[in-house]
Amino acid sequence: MDTWQSNLCPLLRARLLLLAGALLLSGLSYGQGKDSCLDCHAALPDPLGVSQEKFSHDIHAQKGLTCASCHGGDPNSDDPDKAMSRKAGWKGKIDRKQVPGLCGSCHSDPAYMRQFNPSLRTDQLSQYKTSVHGKRLASGDSKAAVCTDCHSVHDLRAPGDPASTVNPVNVANTCAHCHADATYMSAYKVPTNQMADYSKSVHHDALAVRGDLSAPTCTTCHGNHGATPPGVASVANVCSTCHVFQSQLFDASAHKEAFTALSLPACVTCHSNHGIVHPTDEFIGTGDKSVCTQCHAEGDAGYTTAAKIKQQLVQLTTAISGADQILGTAEQSGMEVSQAKLDLTQAKDVLTKARVAVHSFNSGRVESEIKPGLEIAAKDHEAGQKALAERNYRRIGLGISLIAIALVLVGLRLYIRQIES
Amino acid sequence: MSLLQNTRQWLDERLDWDDLIAPLCKKTVPLHRLTYWYFLGGITLFLFVIQVLTGILLLLYYRPGANEAFESVQYIMTKVQFGWLIRSVHSWSANLMIFTAFAHMFSVLFLKAYRKPRELTWVSGVILLFLVMGFGFSGYLLPWNTLAFFATKVGTEITAQVPVIGKPLMIFLRGGEEVTGATLTRFFGFHVAVLPGLATVLILVHLLLVQLMGISVPPKLEVEWKAHPAEKREIKFLPNFALRELMAWYVALGVLGALAAIFPWNLGVKADPFASAPAGIKPEWYFLFMFQTLKLIPAKVWFIDGEVLGVLLFGTVGLLWLLLPFLESDDPSRTKRWITGLAVFALAYVVGMSFYGYLAK
Amino acid sequence: MGTTTPGMIEPSGGPSASLPRRRFAELLLGTGFLATAAAFIYPVLRYLIPPKAADLGADSVVAGRVGELKPNSGKVFRFGERPGLLIRTSDGQYRAMSATCTHLSCTVQYREDLHEVWCACHNGLYDLNGRNISGPPPRPLQSFEVQVRGDEIFVRRREG
Repeated sequence: MDTWQSNLCPLLRARLLLLAGALLLSGLSYGQGKDSCLDCHAALPDPLGVSQEKFSHDIHAQKGLTCASCHGGDPNSDDPDKAMSRKAGWKGKIDRKQVPGLCGSCHSDPAYMRQFNPSLRTDQLSQYKTSVHGKRLASGDSKAAVCTDCHSVHDLRAPGDPASTVNPVNVANTCAHCHADATYMSAYKVPTNQMADYSKSVHHDALAVRGDLSAPTCTTCHGNHGATPPGVASVANVCSTCHVFQSQLFDASAHKEAFTALSLPACVTCHSNHGIVHPTDEFIGTGDKSVCTQCHAEGDAGYTTAAKIKQQLVQLTTAISGADQILGTAEQSGMEVSQAKLDLTQAKDVLTKARVAVHSFNSGRVESEIKPGLEIAAKDHEAGQKALAERNYRRIGLGISLIAIALVLVGLRLYIRQIES
Repeated sequence: MSLLQNTRQWLDERLDWDDLIAPLCKKTVPLHRLTYWYFLGGITLFLFVIQVLTGILLLLYYRPGANEAFESVQYIMTKVQFGWLIRSVHSWSANLMIFTAFAHMFSVLFLKAYRKPRELTWVSGVILLFLVMGFGFSGYLLPWNTLAFFATKVGTEITAQVPVIGKPLMIFLRGGEEVTGATLTRFFGFHVAVLPGLATVLILVHLLLVQLMGISVPPKLEVEWKAHPAEKREIKFLPNFALRELMAWYVALGVLGALAAIFPWNLGVKADPFASAPAGIKPEWYFLFMFQTLKLIPAKVWFIDGEVLGVLLFGTVGLLWLLLPFLESDDPSRTKRWITGLAVFALAYVVGMSFYGYLAK
Repeated sequence: MGTTTPGMIEPSGGPSASLPRRRFAELLLGTGFLATAAAFIYPVLRYLIPPKAADLGADSVVAGRVGELKPNSGKVFRFGERPGLLIRTSDGQYRAMSATCTHLSCTVQYREDLHEVWCACHNGLYDLNGRNISGPPPRPLQSFEVQVRGDEIFVRRREG
């Protein structure tokens, strides 16, 4: 044993190991045709290792592409020298700056991509070149993100796959890989708290917790391949793709001009950009949690309007909770009030709409919104009172019956006394 | 002659009316410190009559069937005039009747009224008690709400634990493997036809036996009165005792009305067989002592499955309860105290376990 | 049971001397019996009379009457515990579906200008089959079966 090991030179030893591994694994190969690259590299440790299992998840592998499709070389040869020869086109490890161009060599070719998925876009590379990442990479910064940083490599899954790094539910984590790493981002003048903020937001809650895929993640507002922050002037347009009413009302309001003049980002000023929490009625008005008082002070028209709008919302909220309460009491006493409770949900709908109407910053508008809600709440309150009146009527009826029964009892008592005396 | 006397004569000429009711006119009730306990049987009967009447009224609007039952009860509670009253009286009276049935049984036990020659009265009574609990169990499912659905599921699951016949018994009760609309239909049939038929026959037998044997007297008193006949105290059933009993019935009526008006029975939420059972599901209070006992038996005792043991235990106790009079010597002077002790233990157990089950999570 | 032993089996004396007292007791008793009887009969009689609102069960409701809806209009009706939407399309057909938006449960409405079902809360849109076609709603609206019998429009849950 000792002689065997010491007699062989290291290189030969390595080659024999590889050959042994290759023979072993070629026996285990899935019959996909010869792929000597995978045969060896599946047995190697990281960073050279790519297991068969890992590669089986890769969409390129599933479509029939091989290692040689990107890395070049000759997959039919088991001899490492022949397989990884420059003459056979072997590129070795792809340099980061080369990655976009390599991926784009197929993905920007519509004629080529048509063979696999005609509805796939082919403008990713040109978009990338306009992005912050693309521009930084072009200027020589190899820390900027390239295709493989987000999409992963060798186990690259289609975005629709829930395990994909670019599936909507996972996107924020993928971006946070760099953007939440303060050390990595130290050279750039950007904050690294976006992920922390976003995790607290309603959008995160909707997407990651409730699984609502219509909720936005990083790429929804910043773009994916052309990733760039929207900019102060245009951030409102981004929000308005979903929050249509709010933005329409805002654009028609006095705030639009004022904010543009002050170069304030429209929605973000009050709602923040990443840490968008569920707004409460406390946001409005002149209280200490309100956003209005950031600009408006006592005495100016805005301050008065803010207070008025707040008061209107409070009016409706109080009316609804009052009706809710009385219906609850009626139900507790055994009265059936399901119809009224159903109607009350419509009043709650009105409250939702009124809160949207706040973005007009016009108390007249809000007033007209809450009116139907107040009517419904008043009707339901009445229904609750009627239910309680019915309850009292029953109790009076009971009282009368009990008096009648008492009469009988007294009568019986007296009668018994009489016949027994 | 007055109308009353005319009617009487008319009946007598055809049905021998006077001879028929003669025993009733002569009937007496022993008078002693514990006479008032004799009311309990009558009150139970009164509540049963209330159940039949309100039940018939409910039948006019109730619809059995998984997709209609809940809505029909809701309809009764909300749209039918005084539907809430009829339904709430029915539910409250059911609970009160089970309570008075148990109380009646225990009072008979403590007053030792089951002794010879009244063994058959006791047997028919115990069977009636089982029927009454069957009424409660079957009726509880009929509104088809979540609580009822799962209580029935748990309850019928337990019957499957009976060895050999358990599974077929459960399938018979459920009308299938699971609790479904078929179970509802079946329970409805039990509740409005089978059980009332059986109960009516047994009640008639029970009352007939009571009339034939007369009212029993506690043993010590019996001995005393035998020795000193002059000390015997009795009260005529008609009209004296009956009028007093009528007072008790009116009080019961008042209590029922108050409960129905102040605490109307609630609807609950419509049963959804695919939803998961709510946490801490419990049967109605009259099953709590058995339920809690089953919960306390360890999963395996020796080599026997805990639940099977529990079911067998209750089955055995039930059988022994039925045959109680035959287990005691019938020589009055040698009446063993052990049945009284057993009765005390049973009462304490039922009451204690019921509270425990109520308070337990 | 009192100091005397009432109802004792012994020859009773003559009629009691307090006849007016007895009369009073009888009167009280009679009134009481009548009052309690009335207190029971009255609710039972009212109960026996069927109410006006017919009970069709949760599966089927009358959503409206023929002629109530113009073509290209809709109305919200109650279906069990939740609202439903009845639409009459431009060519006179009836469609019915749940009116609870699948996004955040607001009540939807029919938009005559869009010929589609719209949710005012977050601008969700559904087509006339209830399919969610735009905006945040993640699922379609459950569609119901419509049957016109006589001049009543019945809406039922679909089988299966």
